[in-house]
Amino acid sequence: MARAVVTMPAQAKRGEIIEIKTLAQHPMETGFRRTQTGELIPRDIIRRFTCTYNGVEVYRADLHPAIAANPLIAFTTIATETGTLTFQWVGDNGYTVTEIAPIRVE
Amino acid sequence: MSFSAGVRFLLLAAACFISARALTAEIPLGERRSGYELMARETRAIQDDDATNPGMLWVLDGEALWNKKAGAADRSCADCHGDARESMKAVAARYPAFDTARGRPVNLEQRINGCRTGRQKAAPLAYESKDLLALSAYVARQSHGLPIRVTIDERTRPFLAAGKETFHRRQGQLNLSCALCHDDNWGKHLAGSVIPQAHPTGYPLYRLEWQGLGSLGRRLRNCLTGMRAQAPELGSDEFVDLELYLMWRAREMKIETPAVRP
Repeated sequence: MARAVVTMPAQAKRGEIIEIKTLAQHPMETGFRRTQTGELIPRDIIRRFTCTYNGVEVYRADLHPAIAANPLIAFTTIATETGTLTFQWVGDNGYTVTEIAPIRVE
Repeated sequence: MSFSAGVRFLLLAAACFISARALTAEIPLGERRSGYELMARETRAIQDDDATNPGMLWVLDGEALWNKKAGAADRSCADCHGDARESMKAVAARYPAFDTARGRPVNLEQRINGCRTGRQKAAPLAYESKDLLALSAYVARQSHGLPIRVTIDERTRPFLAAGKETFHRRQGQLNLSCALCHDDNWGKHLAGSVIPQAHPTGYPLYRLEWQGLGSLGRRLRNCLTGMRAQAPELGSDEFVDLELYLMWRAREMKIETPAVRP
């Protein structure tokens, strides 16, 4: 189960700054840890997070091995027009999660 | 050592013993504090907001499992119990509870597994497995903000006494008891960490150190390993008795599941 949760207002006034909080379920295995028998645990991390607003990229983050499990990414954007925000997390071993959230701008 | 010096030494030793005994007193009800109150502001903020609390990921997984059919009976939890928000309200707050079939108290995980094997005819879920943690987190979430009320009667009293005995018994190579830290020295520091009062108000909880959700059993094993004691198995009678004592000790405190701890 790969799960991600996005929390943001469903509607906003035009020009308003809105806060978006995202939480992705991921172990963020660093690739530096070993098992009890000494074998290296292969790296398994989210590498990139992007947020597009009606197709236009408004936020992007590169993630690295030192970032905690289940990364919380919170950011702001300006509510410009009614439409949808698309959130995508891409990582090792074919990990891809996409969430879509609608927003109504008045 | 002369005779009188020997007597004096014995008296001194006895006095030390008595004062040491007197020190391990229970925390007065009004002075009890959830581990939440001893945390940094930032960690409290993570717990307070469902949008940032990583424990909610397990709660959501638990909700999905609640409605998923399983086992030879092809039944889901919801098929019998309906909407968990109604049927499971305040349930976790009264566990461990007495189970007539086993003749002893069982914790929430054991009750869930009892349902799985008995009603769903499915294999029991392993302790600390993702699914069992998710289900217990989802069930316990329905008690969020409600007071802990375990039932203490003639059936459960012997197990409460056994749990209390475990809590006060010195064990391990460091010769420590739970009470020495959590009754006598809470609020002080053990290395960089504040010693909490050990009230199990938020289990299963998300520990930043674990980078994941864990049960009270896992936390107990952590402590016992730190004391260099032989830790009982998860779900063992000794742990369930101790869990019962800890829940009784935290009676009327509010459930915080899924809590976040450093």
